[in-house]
Amino acid sequence: MTERAEQGGPETASPSRSGARQASPGRVRLKRAGLLLLRTFGSLAVTFLGLLIITFLIGRVLPIDPVLAAVGDRAPADVYDRVYHEMGLHLPLYQQFFDYVVKIFQGDFGTSVLTSRPVLDDIVRVFPATLELATIATILGVLLGVPMGVLAAVHRGRWPDHCVRVLGLFGYSLPVFWLGLVGLLLFYMKLDWVGGPGRLDAAMEDFFEPVTGLILVDALLQGDMEVFWNAVSHITLPAALLAYFSLAYIARMTRSFMLEQLAQEYVLTARVKGVSEARVIWRHALGNVMVPLITVIALSYAHLLEGSVLTETVFAWPGLGSYITSSLLNADMNAVLGGTIIVGGVFIGINLLSDLLYRLFDPRARR
Amino acid sequence: MADLKSAAPLLEVEDLRVHFHTPRGEVEAVRGLSFTLGRERLGIVGESGSGKSQTGRAILGLTAGNGRITAKTLRFQGQDLLSLSPKQWRAVRGARMSMIMQDPKYSLNPVMTVGDQIVEAYRQHHRVSAAEARQRALAMLARVKIRDPERVFATYPHEVSGGMGQRIMIAMMLIPEPDLIIADEPTSALDVTVRLQVLAILDDLVRERGMALIFISHDLPLVSSFCDRILVMYKGRVVEDLKASDLQSARHPYTQGLLGCLPRLDHRQETLPVLRRDPRWEHGTLEEVMR
Ligand SMILES: Nc1ncnc2c1ncn2[C@@H]1O[C@H](COP(=O)(O)OP(=O)(O)O)[C@@H](O)[C@H]1O
Ligand SMILES: [Mg+2]
Repeated sequence: MTERAEQGGPETASPSRSGARQASPGRVRLKRAGLLLLRTFGSLAVTFLGLLIITFLIGRVLPIDPVLAAVGDRAPADVYDRVYHEMGLHLPLYQQFFDYVVKIFQGDFGTSVLTSRPVLDDIVRVFPATLELATIATILGVLLGVPMGVLAAVHRGRWPDHCVRVLGLFGYSLPVFWLGLVGLLLFYMKLDWVGGPGRLDAAMEDFFEPVTGLILVDALLQGDMEVFWNAVSHITLPAALLAYFSLAYIARMTRSFMLEQLAQEYVLTARVKGVSEARVIWRHALGNVMVPLITVIALSYAHLLEGSVLTETVFAWPGLGSYITSSLLNADMNAVLGGTIIVGGVFIGINLLSDLLYRLFDPRARR
Repeated sequence: MADLKSAAPLLEVEDLRVHFHTPRGEVEAVRGLSFTLGRERLGIVGESGSGKSQTGRAILGLTAGNGRITAKTLRFQGQDLLSLSPKQWRAVRGARMSMIMQDPKYSLNPVMTVGDQIVEAYRQHHRVSAAEARQRALAMLARVKIRDPERVFATYPHEVSGGMGQRIMIAMMLIPEPDLIIADEPTSALDVTVRLQVLAILDDLVRERGMALIFISHDLPLVSSFCDRILVMYKGRVVEDLKASDLQSARHPYTQGLLGCLPRLDHRQETLPVLRRDPRWEHGTLEEVMR
């Protein structure tokens, strides 16, 4: 980075730079942070632009006539022509793209044919459901998966390792919808330990006024513990199911990162110093495991935020996954492309977050 | 008690063996090593793979998981090392014997600051406040001739040079004041220009604190200038045990070979030139080989 700055221009020639460093190292650090921010923002903007180009092109290329979708196939030719012009489809492609981008930034994703409401409103309604589920599942997956992976690595080839492996195998081989249905049958129908499908009991759903759309958060904000516990009972099973898959993945990755770190020299150094085995594992080795693990966790979280269609279907969970899927099945292009942009935006956001965390955990990345 | 300790040798090793279980069968890295060590500086020399590092690790009880140690005697300050519990081991490691590792680029934890790692070494064995441990660490950094201890204290290992890293390693391993220090090729990974500097720092501290030193190297002239006594290892065994001052009258052909092709200090040499090897070296005593 400093080399690039040197080549940057005459005003950053080395005498003035070293002078500045001697005068105030804080200012140099600030400048670096600024540059980093600028670069991060730049790459974000480029990625997002790419996403918009792709969604725009898909919208144009697909053999679904947006005019027909709006007016129906029995509309007379003059109506068709008027709507064709209103939609700006006679304009050159770059003009259309420009209008598209402007609209997106105004939050105008068009209207869903299926729900006949603005797509953005739909997404604001369904996304919190997915967000709530994915976040709880990821938190559980990390809190359980990381320690399990560590124990599997430390006791490699012994029973904790075998347990984790078997658990992972189940995770791979059992279909989600089957596990979900069996779970509902057992814990809801038979034992009545958890709530059924949906986010709340039907009776409660009518009274509940969402603020953020995250029911658990809203209920706490409103101090309504009855709603809170009802929501907990409904989210327990789907969250546990998703947490299980995320846990199996995180545990497997943690195990392999941990084995790699335990073979490093600095681990021997710590033992030579007389450091306890627990501290060697949980402080020294795990501190280094966190670096690559951040990316794994972020990826698994982003994947869940896409909305897991099967889980949402089985549990009648009104989330992003089932929204996009049903839009797709009904050729509701505005909704599909709007959903795609949101999912893409979420991916970009998670990536940014994992980059920042990476810097936090790895001093070598902070330059 | 103090008398007893000084009377008995610091370290007694008799018939030390280190075996490894590998997919390709049993490997014997150390095959019946014996020596006793007082408060002196002992050099262990031998080519790469002769079992030097595994000897050092076995003494510290840190043989890898697939390895097994046996010995007739393995005693440190009168204490039998073979029967120590993990907890007892932790009171020995770091506090009473320690090891300087080869390459600071890999042997320092990359995500912990230098200061935290030194403080950890000290507080592992001394109940002091964080502030006092910090003062100790800063003083120790100054002792290994680091000019700006405050700044270095807050750096991460990737921000320091190899020579600086090895001085940090020395500071970290000596701060709890162990009685025995094992230095496993402490300068092999360093640039020639800083080797002597680092060695001088180590030498100073070892003399000043009256520690015993086991200096492991493949570099015979270096070892002979640095140590009182030399063990020459070949394929997991000691083939010759002699005073550094008697080196010129070494009798074993392997030692003579090492002397004959002295690596020069001014350039780096990974392996010694090929010797004409005699299979008898692997099993015979010095007397048998000489016959
Ligand atoms: N974990 C292990 N498993 C199997 N063999 C090993 C292991 N560690 C070391 N060895 C073997 O022990 C021998 C001695 O190694 P070492 O003590 O490191 O030699 P050096 O004298 O170069 O320090 C080598 O041949 C090496 O292959
Ligand atoms: Mg070695």
